[in-house]
Amino acid sequence: MAVANPHGAALKRKEDPRFITGAGNYLDDIKLPGMTHAAILRSPYAHAKIISIDTSAAAAMPGVVAVFTGKDMETELNPLPCAWAAGGASGGEVGGVTNNLNTPRVLAVDEVKWTGEGVAVVIAETPEQAVDAREAIDVDWEPLPTVVDAEKATEDGAPQLHENAPNNVAVTWSVGDPDGTAAAIDGAEVVIRQRLVNQRLIPNPIDMRGAIGRWDAGGDEYTIWMTSQTPHIMRLLITAFVMGIPEHKLRCIAPDVGGAFGTKIFCYPEWALVAWASKKLGGRPVKWYETRSENYQATTHGRDHITYIEVGATKAGEVTGLRVKTYANLGGRLSTIGPGIPTTLYGRLLSGPYKIPNVFCEVIGTYTNTVFVDAYRGAGRPEATYVLERAMDLVADETGVDPVDVRRRNFLPNDSFPHKNASGLYRSWNGVELAIDSGNYEPALDRALEMIGYADLDTRRKDAADRGRYLGIGLSTYIEMCGVAPSKWIGVVGEGWGAAMWESANIRIHLTGKVVLTIGTQSHGQGHETTMAQIVATGLGVPVEDVLVEQGDTSGTPFGYGSYGSRSAAVGGMAAYTAVQKIKEKAKRLAAHMLEASPDDMEYVDGGARVKGSPDKVKTIAEVALAAHVGYDLPEGMEPYLDETAYYDAPDCTWPFGTHIAMVEVDKETGKVDLVRYVAVDDVGKKINPLIVDGQIHGGIAQGVGQALWEGAVYDDDGQLISGSMMDYALPRASWFPELELDETVTPSPINALGVKGVGEAGTIASTPAVVNAVVDALSPLGIRHLDMPLTPQRVWRAMRDARANGDSTNPEVRS
Amino acid sequence: MIPAAFDYVRASSLDEALTLLSESTDSKVLAGGQSLIPLIRFRLAQPGRLVDIGGLRELAGISRDGDGWRIGALTTYRDLLDHDELCAAFPLLVDAINDIGDTQIRNRGTVGGAIAHADPALDFPAVALALDAEVLISGVDGERSTPLDGFFDGAFTTGLADGELITALRLPDLPKGVTTAWSSLSQAASGYSLAAVAAVVGDGHARVAIAGVGEMPYRATAVEEALAGGADPATAAAHATDGQTVATDIHADAEYRSSLAAIQVRRAVQAALDAAS
Repeated sequence: MAVANPHGAALKRKEDPRFITGAGNYLDDIKLPGMTHAAILRSPYAHAKIISIDTSAAAAMPGVVAVFTGKDMETELNPLPCAWAAGGASGGEVGGVTNNLNTPRVLAVDEVKWTGEGVAVVIAETPEQAVDAREAIDVDWEPLPTVVDAEKATEDGAPQLHENAPNNVAVTWSVGDPDGTAAAIDGAEVVIRQRLVNQRLIPNPIDMRGAIGRWDAGGDEYTIWMTSQTPHIMRLLITAFVMGIPEHKLRCIAPDVGGAFGTKIFCYPEWALVAWASKKLGGRPVKWYETRSENYQATTHGRDHITYIEVGATKAGEVTGLRVKTYANLGGRLSTIGPGIPTTLYGRLLSGPYKIPNVFCEVIGTYTNTVFVDAYRGAGRPEATYVLERAMDLVADETGVDPVDVRRRNFLPNDSFPHKNASGLYRSWNGVELAIDSGNYEPALDRALEMIGYADLDTRRKDAADRGRYLGIGLSTYIEMCGVAPSKWIGVVGEGWGAAMWESANIRIHLTGKVVLTIGTQSHGQGHETTMAQIVATGLGVPVEDVLVEQGDTSGTPFGYGSYGSRSAAVGGMAAYTAVQKIKEKAKRLAAHMLEASPDDMEYVDGGARVKGSPDKVKTIAEVALAAHVGYDLPEGMEPYLDETAYYDAPDCTWPFGTHIAMVEVDKETGKVDLVRYVAVDDVGKKINPLIVDGQIHGGIAQGVGQALWEGAVYDDDGQLISGSMMDYALPRASWFPELELDETVTPSPINALGVKGVGEAGTIASTPAVVNAVVDALSPLGIRHLDMPLTPQRVWRAMRDARANGDSTNPEVRS
Repeated sequence: MIPAAFDYVRASSLDEALTLLSESTDSKVLAGGQSLIPLIRFRLAQPGRLVDIGGLRELAGISRDGDGWRIGALTTYRDLLDHDELCAAFPLLVDAINDIGDTQIRNRGTVGGAIAHADPALDFPAVALALDAEVLISGVDGERSTPLDGFFDGAFTTGLADGELITALRLPDLPKGVTTAWSSLSQAASGYSLAAVAAVVGDGHARVAIAGVGEMPYRATAVEEALAGGADPATAAAHATDGQTVATDIHADAEYRSSLAAIQVRRAVQAALDAAS
């Protein structure tokens, strides 16, 4: 049913009937004539020399078309690019910026650096034949010593992964004011020091990673179908850096993509592999689609920081200084933007919604014998928010000030926006200075406290105690940085990709009045076919059903930087909005000609261009589109057709915020934590589709709670991934959650015409510390003030037992 | 997740199944497949032949059998839950089975498979141990029966000889005056129990069986003796892991698992006693 002005309406998603009925077209649904199937042999060792590989037995197996090793492609395919080296920090450069870069080859040649690094590929007529033949490949390995811990990797005597990276240091970077921060902490009334572990996570999209490569002999051209959030960037990186071919000789197509959480941003070995192999096979398509076990071993992981914080504060709970030193595990070789996540996207966020006047952050990114680590939902911002929100509770614990009041006393006041942190967190070395665009933090906090009933928790605590459980409540008053921009900042080498971060949109209106929007972003579960259509339908005054959204194919969509970092609405949506304005301008000029009016007297209202003040003198957009298409009678100099492309570079990032509150109960005996209530009040600016926004917040909260309570990738000391399947890696289940209680405040972003900010990552960023704070609060009667994640029954049980053993014998809780 | 190649035969009679199994030691029996299929898809098991007994109706069905119940080996967890009379007779089955896996697993998993697979973390063998089950077994040389208590030899090993098949379990009626309870805590990822306890107590009778803790599902005889001697649940529970080699993994080391076993024993026994009042 047509909805007038659908922008802001909670429409059901246009794409869902297709997905729900199995009519989607995911990578693994694609079958091409003559298609072959690849199976990749992956290293069983976390660190080893490859002495030799014998593929002869495998090559003789039934159905095998070819077997290749890294040596076969060494001279034709370059190592993968690292597109975001650390660099350009603004503050005191303690030790300067270091980049000791090592990236994977398409298949390893001499050595492997993690269990799961690819060393050979079998291509066969069927997937079964490829997998059977893979077992017949004989590799002679020389195992080497391993290290998997980001901090231990830097210690003297640790196994060394790369000759150019002494002590396994991949990057060092710093931001902020070291001297001011040192002085603030030295002179503080209260100083708190804490080690925090932000554990490694496996992102787990439902649709895993895959690719199909096809070489076309006619034009010596390649096509790669890929599970990607960034098909345009992939084409650029694969052609310019890996294959060394002209950019227009490769077409990248992202079909329906069933989730990614960041993992499908990157340039993976398998992309070039399937294209290269197809050419070797004379153009037969080569398909590779990973198994879940392979996904765990060969697709990027997230987080994995070991962090030391020092917080200086007044006795009243005002934070005067924050010093952070973090060891960020980047894996055995670097992923595409691995170094950017714990530097720019982490260090610069370390004052959050607070006015902390002195901040200094030092980052040591290290190599370990683990799979590469890169952006995962939130990407640096969850890690920073975790530091800040734990710090706020530690200050509350130390000073005796209520955690709510600690936050209120540190919030940036409403008259401080646009805000630039005094330590220079938002200042780039090329002179660009960012600012937090807007904020109004107290109303969201007040509303969340009201919803949870913060003033009256005593009854609830007593009720829990009667049932043998501790009750705890935890806050997270977060901010998030979405739509990372502008290009003159993030485009500078070391600040971002080393390329721009604008977005594009093209609108064409057919003779029949139907609208096609093509965009450079790439929906992978967010519902862009609906939200982007809502923006355009509202702008043009046409039914949302009349707007078709096309994306994901480098042939047919304008260049775009893709979907990640909650940027698609704030940057991509604004490109669509800008294209709408161009269409409307042309429509007004053409309608003026049709109505024999002056273009200056025209206005565009309710789906048509009309003479100002004369509603009857109007041409609908369909009438204008027909006239523009047939072109019988156009104004002097006007091109036929309604076809406008816009490129939009945002002036700044957008900055959503909010308050999340978790309530947990902890079994005093077993240590099992149950999440019993969850309240989230988010301010994501103006909403395009509130239903989709709620879905993003729900999913984000679940993923963040997953980190707090259940998830954790575990490598043993030999570099074997112990949490190698869903039997040992615990994903959140819907039945473990209470009904999520959501509300909003709305502070439109002042930097874009839509007033939008972004919401894809907010839930993940906010929820993790809220839950950890709640568990620590629950355990505070035992004197526990910090626990590292995930807060599994075993970890909580051990902490309770140790606290009771060492505790204060006058405290009745400790004695129990 | 592609298994290694294997032969597949769907047996049309029990005799045919037994003959097929006696022909080669490289065969595995396929019933509900809830444990076996993942193993062969990971290539952790590579049997030469699968003998599918899923069509053998003589192995299905729940019926009265003297002073107890005969439960065919192919009976699924769902079949048990759907049998009102059986559920009324054994509330423990209802409590425990609703805790097993998820809906899909309960729809497919079989009681015979759970016993024959002998995974120390499976819940059902502990339930059957607490209920004093007897295992009915067929081989080409004939039928035999044996108490479940003592049937497990270790993790994933039982007293089944090569070529033998479990055809049914027999559960004796509960003694008058006893009550039952189930208490468990599961590992979040797999849903397998870290420690699960089935308790049958009352009238001087105590049977307490534990899954997820030892090398195999076991009866906690020291707990049973303590209870029989008049110990309170907490005191008796301290013996939960007596004589056991307690399992350890990334989710629960032996120390935590032992503590958890005692907690679950106390809770199950207390709940069973409370059910009597």
